[in-house]
Amino acid sequence: MAYPPAAHSSPPRQPSVKVILAAADVSRVVDRIAHQILEKTQGAADTVLLGIPTRGVPLARRLAARISTFEDVTVPVGVLDITLYRDDLRRHATRAVGPTDLPPGGIDGRRVVLVDDVLFSGRTVRAALDALSDVGRPASVQLAVLVDRGHRQLPIRADYVGKNIPTALAENVKVTLAETDGDDEVKLYGGSPR
Amino acid sequence: MIRHLLSGADLDADTATLVLDTAAEMATVAGREVKKLPALRGRTVVNLFYEDSTRTRISFEAAAKRLSADVINFSAKGSSVTKGESLKDTALTLQAMGADAVVVRHPASGAPHRLADWVDGSVVNAGDGTHEHPTQALLDAYTMRSRLGRLAGLHVAIVGDVLHSRVARSNVLLLSTLGAKVTLVGPPTLIPVDISPALAPGIDVSYDLDTVLPNVDVVMMLRVQRERMSDSYFPSAREYARRYGLDGPRMRRLPEHAIVMHPGPMNRGMEITPEVADSPRSTIVEQVANGVSVRMAVLYLLLGGSNR
Repeated sequence: MAYPPAAHSSPPRQPSVKVILAAADVSRVVDRIAHQILEKTQGAADTVLLGIPTRGVPLARRLAARISTFEDVTVPVGVLDITLYRDDLRRHATRAVGPTDLPPGGIDGRRVVLVDDVLFSGRTVRAALDALSDVGRPASVQLAVLVDRGHRQLPIRADYVGKNIPTALAENVKVTLAETDGDDEVKLYGGSPR
Repeated sequence: MIRHLLSGADLDADTATLVLDTAAEMATVAGREVKKLPALRGRTVVNLFYEDSTRTRISFEAAAKRLSADVINFSAKGSSVTKGESLKDTALTLQAMGADAVVVRHPASGAPHRLADWVDGSVVNAGDGTHEHPTQALLDAYTMRSRLGRLAGLHVAIVGDVLHSRVARSNVLLLSTLGAKVTLVGPPTLIPVDISPALAPGIDVSYDLDTVLPNVDVVMMLRVQRERMSDSYFPSAREYARRYGLDGPRMRRLPEHAIVMHPGPMNRGMEITPEVADSPRSTIVEQVANGVSVRMAVLYLLLGGSNR
């Protein structure tokens, strides 16, 4: 004879998925960061946006496009591959190296804004700072991220944050963008609903 | 990724393309002010050279150093090898010193394969006897792709002393894998009998350079290896140059876009004339520069991650 489960035992928890930013939110957040960059850099003169692959690159392009719409200034966009500068290279299978593509004129003496989708431990940004110092000497470096989920392991802070998402370490933040994944969305996986 | 690079046959089309793509990214480092990447920091690469080779050894050394690896150069001359130390004992010594990769050049075909059984690290064949020289084939393929934009469908003539050429053997294997058509050209005494099924299917053989030249995209001249010419493979150097040397008039029979390659070192005036070697069609200097990028890619892909 089968016994029904005891009343006090809870059913197994399904991993939850919560949409943090929908497509319209992503668009608004990008607009806001573009405005903030214009404000903080006083018109984005002598500014270069460098996207960190994979999703930092389309984000950087979007920011440049929005800045150009708002203020009619053209901000050069480049790609900074950080693969060879990671501090966990030996912990994983060999990673494929991607292209680093600096805009004409390089980055020497300019204000570089690094762009990435998620800021987490800070190790990606550290690698990006190392990579930057090998390809030139910017006047200053700033950091723009779509999402800051906390849990920093290094003393790194973003200058422009689309959305702060308090997370548990066990949770996972997944950003999808139209250019790379087909649609714009930020989702939180594995946590209890907030 | 594979653990060792011993033969052109170790690379399937995807892996070979990954190496070439990685080399293209590595090449951008050469144009930078800081020509160094931290990817292999803390790793040790041993250049174990039992045969003289300035070009290949320096190329591997530059590649490893640009990736921040520690490099130990071991030349058999003046070492305990002259006192009778065997390859196995040398390998065990390297093992004890913690070599992560051993780049080996050896006069005996197959020595790198044996070495791979004795060391825990990766082994890269930098030329073994008359057998193979896979990184040379990769840099040749890289040079062709960067000059002509593709490898699939290219028609490559490899001309000269195919019999003794490890460069030819590795090139035949790699180019066939990547979809290029290869024709071997040379005197019958210097082209192994029945080479096609033994090495790679679909290889053409010709003993007449002049009929092949108008139909190729790449002509790769091989060095006449005088040090290995123990038998009379051809009547005289002059006769060889007349039949199989690439001079100005012959070069002009090539299609407009075709390039001329040579693995070096050249015997100017024998397999290639100075007019050809120094012409804009010649990629000989480019090949040397590309060698560093390709070897960086190989070392990174073998040592950059935790493959084992």
